[in-house]
Amino acid sequence: MATAEKFVGGGVPRKEDPKLVTGQATFVESITLPDMLHVAVARSPFGSAQINNVDLSAARTAPGVVATFSGEDLADEWAAGLPMAWPVTEDIRIPDHWPVTKDVARYVGDAVAVVVATSPSAAKDAVELIEVDYEVQTAVVDIPSALADDAPRVHESMESNECYTWTHANGDIDAAFAKADIVITENYVQPRLIPSAMEPRAVVVQPVPAAGDFTVWSTTQIPHVAKVLFSLTLGIPEAQMRVIAPDVGGGFGSKLNVYAEEVLCIALARRLGKPMKWVADRSEGYLATIHGRDQLQEIELAATSDGTILGYRVKLLANMGAYLQLVAPGVPLLGGFLYCGTYGGEAYHFECTGVFTNTTPVDAYRGAGRPEATYAIERAIEALALEVGVDAVEIRKRNFLPAGENVPSPAGLAFDSTNYEENLDKALEVLDYEATKAEQADRLSQGSTKLLGIGFSTYVEMCGLAPSQVLASLNYGAGGWDAATVRMLPTGQAEVVTGSSPHGQGHVTSWSQIAADALGIDYQDVTVLHGDTHVAPHGMNTYGSRSLSVAGVAVNQACNRVVDKAKTLAAHVLEVSPDDLEFEDGKFSVKGVPDRVQSIQEMAYAAWTAHNLPEGTEPGLEAHCVFDPPNFTFPFGSHVCVVEVDTETGAVELLRYVAVDDCGTIINPVIVEGQVHGGIVQGVAAALFEEATYAEDGTLETSSMINYLVPSAAEFPSFELDRTVTPSTSNPMGVKGIGEAGTIGSTPAVINAIVNALGHLGITDIAMPAKPERVWQAIQDANGDAS
Amino acid sequence: MKPISVNVNGFQHEADVEPRTLLVHFLREQIGLTGTNIGCDTSSCGACTVLMNGRSVKACTVLAVQADGQSITTVEGLAENGEWHAVQRAFHEAHGLQCGFCTPGMMMASVSYLKENPSPSEGEVRLALEGNLCRCTGYHNIVKAVLTAAEEMADASAG
Repeated sequence: MATAEKFVGGGVPRKEDPKLVTGQATFVESITLPDMLHVAVARSPFGSAQINNVDLSAARTAPGVVATFSGEDLADEWAAGLPMAWPVTEDIRIPDHWPVTKDVARYVGDAVAVVVATSPSAAKDAVELIEVDYEVQTAVVDIPSALADDAPRVHESMESNECYTWTHANGDIDAAFAKADIVITENYVQPRLIPSAMEPRAVVVQPVPAAGDFTVWSTTQIPHVAKVLFSLTLGIPEAQMRVIAPDVGGGFGSKLNVYAEEVLCIALARRLGKPMKWVADRSEGYLATIHGRDQLQEIELAATSDGTILGYRVKLLANMGAYLQLVAPGVPLLGGFLYCGTYGGEAYHFECTGVFTNTTPVDAYRGAGRPEATYAIERAIEALALEVGVDAVEIRKRNFLPAGENVPSPAGLAFDSTNYEENLDKALEVLDYEATKAEQADRLSQGSTKLLGIGFSTYVEMCGLAPSQVLASLNYGAGGWDAATVRMLPTGQAEVVTGSSPHGQGHVTSWSQIAADALGIDYQDVTVLHGDTHVAPHGMNTYGSRSLSVAGVAVNQACNRVVDKAKTLAAHVLEVSPDDLEFEDGKFSVKGVPDRVQSIQEMAYAAWTAHNLPEGTEPGLEAHCVFDPPNFTFPFGSHVCVVEVDTETGAVELLRYVAVDDCGTIINPVIVEGQVHGGIVQGVAAALFEEATYAEDGTLETSSMINYLVPSAAEFPSFELDRTVTPSTSNPMGVKGIGEAGTIGSTPAVINAIVNALGHLGITDIAMPAKPERVWQAIQDANGDAS
Repeated sequence: MKPISVNVNGFQHEADVEPRTLLVHFLREQIGLTGTNIGCDTSSCGACTVLMNGRSVKACTVLAVQADGQSITTVEGLAENGEWHAVQRAFHEAHGLQCGFCTPGMMMASVSYLKENPSPSEGEVRLALEGNLCRCTGYHNIVKAVLTAAEEMADASAG
């Protein structure tokens, strides 16, 4: 920092809030344009079906209908199919993925036709009049069925339903297992989850037919990436495409994509020359927006007799769904380096196979690969603890990587900063582990039907995506940098233009804090512009907890460059060398002569008038920075939860939740805590409540918020948060990222707690979600075994 | 089409609506008040919660024709004379919102509940907001905001 930190580290209330608490926000659904038409999509009700005919005649003549199209009718609109940017292997099978399918429907929700009408209700009514002649075929909805020898193929042109197999190895895994005293083999199921951002997806497109220009408002996390991909999909020059992510109501990965309805609305706007709008119903969104997780895991640990882990061997099967959405094949890879968690060892072997099924495509959902990896290692280490006969804390401490910087991990990464034991000790202190254990023992000895369980999870994650060269080595189709422009306005305020695209994370507030301190101006004098490719032309957007540690760092660096230029101007005005100046609180003063001062605001005005600039200096006070991180960041933390299990009903109640996270330097502690709170609830929801299920024929059984249980406030206590601060070495600010930590850390802590509560019955695992009937059944089975 | 007359945020609106029109669509599309959001199609999420005659209703579960002759308050009508309601202030100050999409409904449900129960416990607030879903905040700061607002409102009425 160039000046004293006044705002960084403080919990200033958010600048984003005033419009959001008064109903003045602009979500895409609220955008209305003159002469706008409304789009509705007809979707397959079958998991797998040949489409013999699409009869649009009744729909075409329905009231208010302007046009109807089948997949064939639109075939000429596409320069390419829907994009997939992460072909993880050379031999990956990539199916054609058209915005409206032509001859085969491959999941319930696959688009088969489209209606354009003068109102949303007219469009939806007309969809009901479309008659599709389907020839229903056998669907495969789960991984084992899809991999069976005689399985029907999701894509008839492929030899099997296998998409790819990717491996990563470090060290001599066979040697590690050969010398192991103990081998632990565990199998876990990661249920399919539905991200369920509160704002359903929507898109509005405004064409300017005479100019060939298009403006797209979309509920997207990635306006910049989408602009490039819209252009490639539609064959529209990128320069004629403007993409705006206005206020966006949550994403969690579900809006990190290029969707059929986005390119469809652009194509229809081009074809009909009028503005188009599509808004998803929630139930439609559950079919047609990506799902997450859905993996089968096998993890093996090789360990010595005292529980020291030597090696990790992981086999993963990952459901891709029916098609490959934007980064789907790469999601398991993001976890593929983290199945060793916070622990040491000499060898690591990871193998993942992607599998096609007749289900909604799966892609990045909050944590993307890392919650799955963390779950596997944090559950498996409990199995190891049982085998060795030591406590959950002890087994972890025996295996933690040492505290330090750039610490090599068994998977071959260099962890920027590690301090795991101190972090766990802090969590134990907040929890009062000994007292909680004593209460647990009391209840058990008294024969209580309400037993306590204490569950731990000591996670490390990988964010700050990403060094571009590392992405290249993983065959990812883009870079991992991000950009910022900072300009001082002539009246003394600063405009920060960022390439991140927030949808609830509070970047406007945090970036204002960073810029205010770096420039030495007031927090209220900073404006942050984002989410519009015409206003903020360069960016890689917001996902994977990357924004602060890449885009936020770019803001800081750009501010420093502004200060550097302002310093040369101040030196010129004060007739001294820049080296003779010091900068504090927005003021340049001559060392030792504190009354010879020029403010950064005065320099902004001087740069604008350009009346008196040093020889060769351009007018204006503005700087641009593109930051490409040298390494990922590796936030870590210890999550501990205390559950009460009712042995008569199987109900699990969360009594306490302690989270001690380390995300390095903190810009705004209130925002950081908010991210952790929300993450915990999503992770706990996976452990206890949420699971998307399919019937054998491919029907999504959990197709609305009625039967997909997004939990409410009533299911949770307040959380107990603390932190350690170990700055990252991957960027000059020492920041790491916190968007996904809660989700990554929490799920195994909850399941570990339930298993811990029931361990005396011999129960060693409970599948997710641990619904009462599942827990109750496990108790009955254990009692049956005992009797 | 059916003629209705609805008072929304103190203004009387006369309109013709299709009998199937939901109150939330009437508010958003006919009156042009887009602050009330739609988050689901099963009356599960509560994003569209407004006040009808001072009590919270999910505006996706009420037909516009049922609001005929009634008085509706939306998030746009929560502030009085430009001054935010205590619940709005508390959501801002306690970081009770992130993306803000559930926030209008969450606040309207809270305003209604605090009329019923001006000094709730934490557990009571959690139960009272069971019909309003948020995917960002983990509810921690929403609950805190409602408790803070209750205290402020009690102080204001005592003072």
